This record gives sequence, structure tokens and C-alpha cells, in this order.
Amino acid sequence: MNNYALLAPEIFLVLATAVVRLVDVFFLSNRRVLNLHLSLVALLGTFVFLWQQSGTEGSLFNGAFVVDQLATTLKLWIVLIVAGVLAYSTAYLRDRDILKGEYYDLATTGLLGMMIMVSSGSMLVAYLGLEMLSLSLYAMVAFNRDSARCSEAAIKYFVLGAIASGMLLYGVSMIYGISGELKFDAIAASLESDKKDNVALLLGLACVVVGLAFKLGAVPFHMWVPDVYDGAPTVVTLYISSAPKIAGFALAIRFLADGLQVLQADWQGMLVILAVLSLAVGNVIAIAQTNIKRMLAYSTISHVGFLMLGLLAGTSEGYASAMFYAITYAVTSLGGFGVLLLMSRRGFEADQLDDLKGLFRRSPWFALTMMVLLLSMAGVPPTVGFYAKLSVLKSVVAIDLVWLALYAVVFSIIGAYYYLRAIKVIFFDQPEEIHNLDDGLALRAILSVNGLAVLGLGIFPGALMAACIAAFGG
Amino acid sequence: MTSDWPLLSILIWLPIFGGLAVLFLNDSIARWAALWISVLTFLFSLPLYTNFDTTTADMQFVESVMWIDAFNIRYALGADGIAMPLVILTAFITIVVLISAWEVIKDNASVYMGSFLIMTGLMIGVFVSLDAILFYVFWEATLIPMFLIIGIWGGPNRVYATIKFFLYTFFGSVFMLIALIYLSFQTDSFSIHDFQMLKIDLDTQVLIFIAFLLAFSVKIPMWPVHTWLPDAHVEAPTGGSAVLAAIMLKMGAYGFLRFSLPITPDASLYLDGLMIVLSLIAVVYIGFVALVQSDMKKLIAYSSISHMGFVTLGMFIAFRIMATDTGADDTAISSAVLGLEGSMMQMISHGFISAAMFLCVGVMYDRIHSRQIADYGGVVNTMPIFAAFMVLFAMSNAGLPGTSGFVGEFMVILASFKAGFWYAFFAATTLILGAAYTLWMVKRVVFGEIVHENIGQLEDINKREFFYLTILAIAVLFFGLWPDVISQVMHATIENLLQHILTSKVPV
Repeated sequence: MNNYALLAPEIFLVLATAVVRLVDVFFLSNRRVLNLHLSLVALLGTFVFLWQQSGTEGSLFNGAFVVDQLATTLKLWIVLIVAGVLAYSTAYLRDRDILKGEYYDLATTGLLGMMIMVSSGSMLVAYLGLEMLSLSLYAMVAFNRDSARCSEAAIKYFVLGAIASGMLLYGVSMIYGISGELKFDAIAASLESDKKDNVALLLGLACVVVGLAFKLGAVPFHMWVPDVYDGAPTVVTLYISSAPKIAGFALAIRFLADGLQVLQADWQGMLVILAVLSLAVGNVIAIAQTNIKRMLAYSTISHVGFLMLGLLAGTSEGYASAMFYAITYAVTSLGGFGVLLLMSRRGFEADQLDDLKGLFRRSPWFALTMMVLLLSMAGVPPTVGFYAKLSVLKSVVAIDLVWLALYAVVFSIIGAYYYLRAIKVIFFDQPEEIHNLDDGLALRAILSVNGLAVLGLGIFPGALMAACIAAFGG
Repeated sequence: MTSDWPLLSILIWLPIFGGLAVLFLNDSIARWAALWISVLTFLFSLPLYTNFDTTTADMQFVESVMWIDAFNIRYALGADGIAMPLVILTAFITIVVLISAWEVIKDNASVYMGSFLIMTGLMIGVFVSLDAILFYVFWEATLIPMFLIIGIWGGPNRVYATIKFFLYTFFGSVFMLIALIYLSFQTDSFSIHDFQMLKIDLDTQVLIFIAFLLAFSVKIPMWPVHTWLPDAHVEAPTGGSAVLAAIMLKMGAYGFLRFSLPITPDASLYLDGLMIVLSLIAVVYIGFVALVQSDMKKLIAYSSISHMGFVTLGMFIAFRIMATDTGADDTAISSAVLGLEGSMMQMISHGFISAAMFLCVGVMYDRIHSRQIADYGGVVNTMPIFAAFMVLFAMSNAGLPGTSGFVGEFMVILASFKAGFWYAFFAATTLILGAAYTLWMVKRVVFGEIVHENIGQLEDINKREFFYLTILAIAVLFFGLWPDVISQVMHATIENLLQHILTSKVPV
């Protein structure tokens, strides 16, 4: 007997997306205020359904769709962040004459994909969700279809993303071949017995890890990240860099922790390599960037390295710390690109580090906001990034990998340099040309809220931390 | 009346929230608001002294609530005989620094004043945290306002200096963070007190000691990781230099007293030779380096490093005394106490003197816009009152008896004698070197004939400058003549610290 109430948020979101689509067709307006507001209402409704669901656990379709505390907490955050993305984007798209109704459709179907990923109980459902997200993202990257750079980025993203999906699917098929199961808990149960040492299983695991690393953007599968971040319209970069990281984390948890926990010793080694490389490459190459979108892209890569640290610990504390990291990073990254939106305007994209020059002289408030966001990325207290790093390091030290913790902090010092350089440009340099900041009230309000959230979560991180630990039954 | 108030929380959050508010005021209101907030903070810090129980080494004015439940991190505050004088020093120096910036900072004065207030709250937080993560949060957070102060209001090479300052300190601190995380797994909490009760084997202790050393030695700074300090001091605005020298450096020394010595006493004993040698290098070698400086601020910066060498010497000479006197007889214990108290006295006194010296340079810099010694000469002819102050502070920097600079140095040298003649011999060279570099600078700047035309047109200090130099001068003389005021409040705490040091933490 299926309890379809568990699916209520997703069902509502699908219906709401369809309504928004129809409204866009019939009530055509160039400003598309209605689309934005209806989409936000749709997200709000989804949020409310999810909120009511919190605490309930269960599964649908013979366990292919799982609702547990992890899923609900992550979905709540994902919905919140996507709502933030939509609120950030509208003015930007309108100024560039690329505000199409499809933007909202794609954003919400992407959201649906993420929600399915998070709730997946079987490998195929996970794959379904991932593809739903990916296809939406490919289209969104190409959203400015007249721009060659956008199209180039979209093609790159599509080709590499397709390879990654293929890899993942290949791994899935091998795991299915060995275990004879698709559902994560059934896989775990069947592997408990004697099939652990099977080479084909390890190959399948390796393919799955590669696929996940591609999607998360861990070195050496990171090549698409800087190009896509740079080429996509900033609002789309905002989207890609935030919520999908949380969904990617959930996917990794479903595959590695739920399904293949018995192979932990094997995937731990793989994740150590990915983490070590990501931390080094991300932080070092970011120093050489003059384009701030590329710099933030490499910074994302290094943060994925930190995320891996939490995952590879293989303990519930480790998973909880990685979850905390993913959520807080998504919130921080949202604000970071939000500031770039603030500084951009029609005919001018703020994407060079020098474009931030003298922000302090032009708007002390947003200069401080950006400083808080950058310091959070650097992991300096009292911002939330510090607690994310603290909890991840704690879980790594807990499994006696002190060297890895030391390695991570050494590279976070190197990382601090380019964040400081950005702060330096904002505060210490004089503005070269005075042009007005985007004066949209919505953008300013949401950016302020975003910055204060990063600071507020930094001063009171306890509740979110407790929620993350509760999600893993702590 | 004030005994049941959360005094320490007030001392932390009043300046922080006050500072945040000041950021958004317009400049002329901001100056007064900032001054009143700093005066209020100072007034709130006084009950710490009057209500302080000098007979106990326990933490006083304790506040403790759960902060991050998941990791058992508490918002725990308390002050003992080491922390309390530093808190009052911090509150005091803030007032002086804000007054000194009154007319000098014209660009974004509200942000300048607000940043100093926020920094004050954070620095007080460092001194009174009883939870290691809380301590670390305050410790790192102090970097942010200082980073901005040097970077926005600093000299021509400010960007290099401030990034160097930030990265050096950040570099040291992250290793401390790993050590703290490691320790937390042994105690299931981040309480510093629990850390101090922990039994740790020697090899682990040495690693933890080194992690702490990286954090604290950069901050103090000790040779050879001192190179950020001259850069930061030279480029920082006057107030930034004063706070940096007077308080931020003390955070490193405080870290040694709160973490390294009690948590890893065996490692401290094991490595005391290294620490003493590094301290003596700071005292002697950096003393010579100070001698050849042509930039006044750089000279005082090197002099700070040299004086902070005394602080670390006083701490680790205690271990050497205990090691040489195997019986740990009474005279050995009293000498060790002398060394530790001397190092505390030196910290407090250096807080006043270094701030005063930097402010004196600031007074001249505001008029001539040069820090080069060669650009001055004969200042006494046009600024006689200022010259009197400058000579007084220079004398106390050189350790003249009767000023606070003498007390700490003398105590540490006496303690060094107990450990061995040569320690004392090298330590005592500072009496010559310190006098040489400070007084030589004063001779070239203040005395002599007027060589440069613009010196002849100088105006003497105004009332505002007179005021803050006077209160600093009173402090320097007061603590020089009556050091007991400080030493009696810290006595119980120092003796308790010594008990920690004497008890081996290696599990049997």
C-alpha cells in the first residue's frame, strides 16, 4: 500500500510548474512578474508540504522513493536556496532581454530533479533525478542563446556531463550485475555476505565514484567547472554552484553510505585521493585567476575537497559534517554570486576581480556583506564557514587521519590568500569608474538577508548542526 | 551591586554591538559615540579589579551556557589573575587610541572607530574565554578588524603588510585548531580546564606543544617568525600600531600561559632549552637589529619583539630553574614564580610603553609626515612639552628604575640568575641595548640643533594629545613605583600555574 502523502511536495511542485507554464503562455508579459511570484508561491507551497512532512519516515514504490529525516532536511534547504536563486535572477535576466518563462520552468524542474535525487531509494531513481537536474542545467547554461560563450559552455557541460552520467550508469549496471539488486538497502544486504571481493563490483564502485566526482566537480574530473561557471549567465552560475552541491552530496550518501557501506575501505581510499587533489588544485589555481567567476569556480573545487573529507570519514558524524558543509557552502556561494549580480548592470558583466574595486567606497554595507561571505569561504570565524571546516576536520581527526586534517588546513591557508585578495580589492583599492550599483530593492534585500544568514549561522551554528546530526540518527 | 551582573559578557558585547552601531553613524557623532562606549567599557572593567578575590586561583565572574550542543562547545567565560589585568589594559588602551585618532583620521572615521571598538570586544573575549573554540573564534576574529584598519588607513605599502599580517597569524592558528580538535577527543569537551587536567604522553605533548608554538610564537612574535611585525607596524595607522603592540602581541603570550604551559608541561620542560634560546635571540639579536633602524616605527617594532623576548624568557626560565634544582626547594619555587610574574609584569608594562611610544611617533608623524629619524632633530626646541613625554617613555622603554619598564625586566633577570649565570648575562644585555637604541633615537630626534626648516615651525602638542600622553605617563610611573597592584592580583593564579607545571602530565 503506497502512502502517496509522502510524495505530496513533489506532486505539488509538478502541478505548480505546469500552472506556471500555462500562465506564461496565456498571460504573456515582458516583465514576467507573475511568473516569478507564482514560482515563489509554488516553492513556498512545496516548502510547507515538506515542513509538514518533517519527522515522518517511510518509503514508496517498494522502497524506490525514500522519505527520511535526511531527505526532508536537505529538501527544505534546497527549496529555500532555489527560491533565493529565483529572487536573485529576475532583474538580471530582464536587463539582458533574456527573461523567458522557460527560466522558471527549468529552475523548478531542476529542483524537482534534486528532490528526487535526495529521496532516491534505488539506483535508477537516483539516476532519473540526476538526469532531470542535469538536463535542466544544460539548457539553463545556454540560456543566453545569442552568446557564443554561453553556447560553448553549455556544449562543454553537456558533453562532459553525459560522459559522467554514462560512467555512473555503467557503474550502476555492474553493481546490479553483482548484487542483483537496484535498491540501496537491498544492495547493502546482499553485499553483506561474500561478494565483497568481486573485482567487477570494485570496478562498478570506481565508475560510480567517478560519476559522482564529475557531477560534484572534484579533481581530476573538474575540467568543466571553471568554463561552465564563467560561460553561463551569472544567475545560472548562482544556481549551479549552490543547490546542486547539496543534491550531489545526497547522491553520494545514497550510493556510498546507504548502498555500498561494506566497501567503505575501498571508496574511502578513492575519496582521499579526490580530496587531496581537489584541495591542492582548487586552492592553488584559484590564486592565478583574475576572473572572479573562475576564481569562485576553483574555490568551489577546493570546497568539494573539504566535502569529500567529511564523506570519507565514513561515520555518521562525518556524514553530518559533510551535510553541514554542503548546506552552508551553498548558502555562502549564493551570496557570493549575488554580489556579482549587484555590481553588474545592462551591458556590463562584473566578472573580473578588478570590477570589485572600491566597492567599500560605493556601498560599505555590501562591501561588508561580501567580506563576510568571502571570510566564510576562507573559514575564518565568526562566519559559518569556520564551523563547517571545524566539523569536517573533527570527523577526519576522529578516524585518526590527522595528516589529512593538517593537509587540509595548510591548503586552506593558501586558499585564504585569494579570498583576502578579493577583500583587498573591495576595501583598499579606489573605484576606477563610478557607476551605480543595481538598485533593485529585491536584490538588495535578499543579499542582505543572505549575508546576515551566513553571519547568523556562524554565531549560532548549533541548531543546524543538530539537525544535520539528527539526519544521520545521531 | 555589580557582582551578579554578567560583567564579562558586557565587556565583550558592549564594544562589539556599540562598534557595529558606530559603523553606521556619521563621522562627527561616531567619534563621540565611540569614545563614550569605550569609556563605559573601561568603567565596566573596573569592578573586575575591585571585586576580584586575590586569594584564589579559580576562575571568577564565571558565565557558562551551552553554545553548540552537538560538539559540547560552551559559551564559557571567566577571569583569573592572568586574564583580568589584560582585560583592563585592553579597555584602557582603547580609550587612548580612540582619542589619539580624533582629528587625525578624516577618511571614514566612523568605520575606523567602529572597527577599534569591535576589536576591543573580540580581544577581551580572547582573554576571558574558558572554552577552546570560543577562544579560537575570538582569536581569529580579531584579525578581521585589524586587517581592515591596516589596509584602509595604512601607509603606502599597506596591502602587502596587512595580507602578510593576516596570513602569518592564520597560518599559525590553524595548527592550534587541529591540536584543539585532537584534545577535544580526549576530554569530550572543549573546556580549557578539562584540557589542563588531561594526561598525555610525552610524544603527543611535544606535537601539541609545537602546534601551539606555531600559533603563539607568530603572534608574540618570536624570532624567526617575527618578520610580519615590522611591516605591519610601519604601515599601520598610529592607533593600529598601538593596539597591535599593546594588546595583540599579549594574546600570544597569554596563549602560552593558558594553553602551552599547563596543558603540555612535560613538553615545555623537554623543549625549554629551545624556547630560552629563541627568547634570548629575540632579546639580543633583535636588540642589535633595532639599533640600526632608520625608521622610528620600525625601531619601536623591533624593540617590541625584543621586549616580548623577555616575556617568553620569564615563562620558560621557570622550567629551567625547576630542572636544575631537582629538589624543587622553596627558593627555586619562589624564583620560578618571580620569572612568571616578571613576564606578566613585562606584558602589562609593555602594553603601556609601546602604545605610548607609537603614539609619540604618531604625534610627530601627523606634523611632519615622515617616520625617518634623519628627518628630525631638535624637536625639543619647538615642542618642549612633547619632548618631556617622549624622554619619559623612552626611559621606561629602556628599563629605567621607577618606571614600569624596569620591574618586569628586573624580575625576569633575577629569575634567570637562579637558572644560570649566562642566561642572566644575555638577558641583561637588554639593559644596555635597550638604552642604546631607544636613547640614541631620542637623541637624534628630540635633541640637537634644528637642521630641517620644518622642525622649526612645529607646534607643541595640543590639549587632546597632552591628555592621552599624560594618562599613559601616569600609568607608566604608577606601575613602576607600585607594581604590587598588579602582582598581588596575579599571585595566587601564578602559584597555581606553577603547580600545574610541576605536576607531570605523562600518564604513569
